[in-house]
Amino acid sequence: MGSTSARAVPGLLDRERIIAGPGFSRWMVPPAALCVHLCIGQVYAFSVFNLPMTRLIGITKSAPGDWKLTELGWIFSIAIAVLGIASAVGGAWLDRVGPRKAMLLAACCFGGGFLVSAFGVSVHSLWLTYLGYGVFGGIGLGIAYISPVKTLITWFPDRPGMATGMAIMGFGGGALIASPLSVLLMGAFSSPTHVGVAETFVVMGLIYFCFMSIGAIIVRVPPDGWLPDGYVPPRQSVGLITTENVHVDVAWRTPQFWLLWWVLCLNVTAGIGVLGQASAMAQEMFPGRITAIAAAGFVGLLSIFNMAGRFIWASTSDFIGRKATYCVFFVLGMILYALVPTAGHIGSVALFVLCFVIIISMYGGGFATIPAYLKDIFGVQYVGAIHGRLLTAWSAAGVFGPVIVNYMRQYLIEHGTAKADAYTDTMYIMTGLLLVGLICNVMMRPVHERHLLSPQVAGV
Amino acid sequence: MAVKLILAWALVGIPLLWGIAHTLSDATKLLR
Repeated sequence: MGSTSARAVPGLLDRERIIAGPGFSRWMVPPAALCVHLCIGQVYAFSVFNLPMTRLIGITKSAPGDWKLTELGWIFSIAIAVLGIASAVGGAWLDRVGPRKAMLLAACCFGGGFLVSAFGVSVHSLWLTYLGYGVFGGIGLGIAYISPVKTLITWFPDRPGMATGMAIMGFGGGALIASPLSVLLMGAFSSPTHVGVAETFVVMGLIYFCFMSIGAIIVRVPPDGWLPDGYVPPRQSVGLITTENVHVDVAWRTPQFWLLWWVLCLNVTAGIGVLGQASAMAQEMFPGRITAIAAAGFVGLLSIFNMAGRFIWASTSDFIGRKATYCVFFVLGMILYALVPTAGHIGSVALFVLCFVIIISMYGGGFATIPAYLKDIFGVQYVGAIHGRLLTAWSAAGVFGPVIVNYMRQYLIEHGTAKADAYTDTMYIMTGLLLVGLICNVMMRPVHERHLLSPQVAGV
Repeated sequence: MAVKLILAWALVGIPLLWGIAHTLSDATKLLR
């Protein structure tokens, strides 16, 4: 509380300025977080721009000099890689300055990234487009993703999984909004001589900047020592849930951090393997029964379960515990992955769809439950910064996951395996990855007390 | 505070429901 003594009047963006007053409802904070996460979830829908961007010169079809799909694929990859770096580097700063300043910076970077990319598209410079959405947008993504996490956990100490699950659900839901919105805007701005991508980027950049700024305006942090009515915090650590804190610079040197890193990485790798291949897999495992159009509907269904799983699984973890929740992800995941080839062999589309909607809900659930798991293991004080560093696991999985799956499949097909059967081996590899994840999760123990902050340093 | 709460949740809820409805509508159209 003594931190205000250095400055008489805190700035508009300072943490001191956004301490909630009496009568403030903590239920205002999840919408503030959702304002940010619903915007940055757009990244999952970026692929809707890929085909139009291959026709910027030719308009109706690609012409010589038009960008290639392989070149455009890098925009998403750069954004996800920069997301991991930005969240790892920016996490400690964010914990210091508070959520409002971080959200506003993220709004400037994400919205500004769209504007730079719009300029890149209009002058047909691929490097400017990489710089805009990939680098600036990626920084915005990384900072925005972690910005509300610690705030939500401190407002909801009784239900941290549900609170962070709600925000991270927004990240899954963002694509559901961005995809039809992008198509609508491109339709409105296109003409016989123009595909309308640059204008769509400008409008989306401005919309996202405004929406994320609203989140920054309404977010509040609780006063020191605030607790919800009727909630009695545990006096001492119970099982994996600590009442102490571990400094971010110490946390990443502990085995617990790396076990969780692999837990997230392997869960995400397995999920990405499905997301990237869902459409092709459905058509090739059920030739003639699932058409390309029906497969697109199936992918839309997966997006909804990806979003819903984030809230449902993270909320469930508040009751059954984080370790048990991840055990469910890995054990149930192994069973379902192993069942997918059977669904293909017996020709059951219903079983196939059921397996995948549950798998994808657990993929989303893995993202949404990890902040509360980190809070349990390392305490609340540096959870934002630690979460930021852990997100490098996502970047790694985003790069290596599809590579493992695609190369394995290519190798099998080149060595005589039928296309439909190649998925069988891929599914068994996923099962193996989940087994390793399960072992990492089962090995999780409380952090050794030598890593804990002393009460003086922790400010307790 | 009650009005602020309703407005804040409507602000995020309406676009999200619009997106879900769009996706479900496409999914049912395509799967039919």
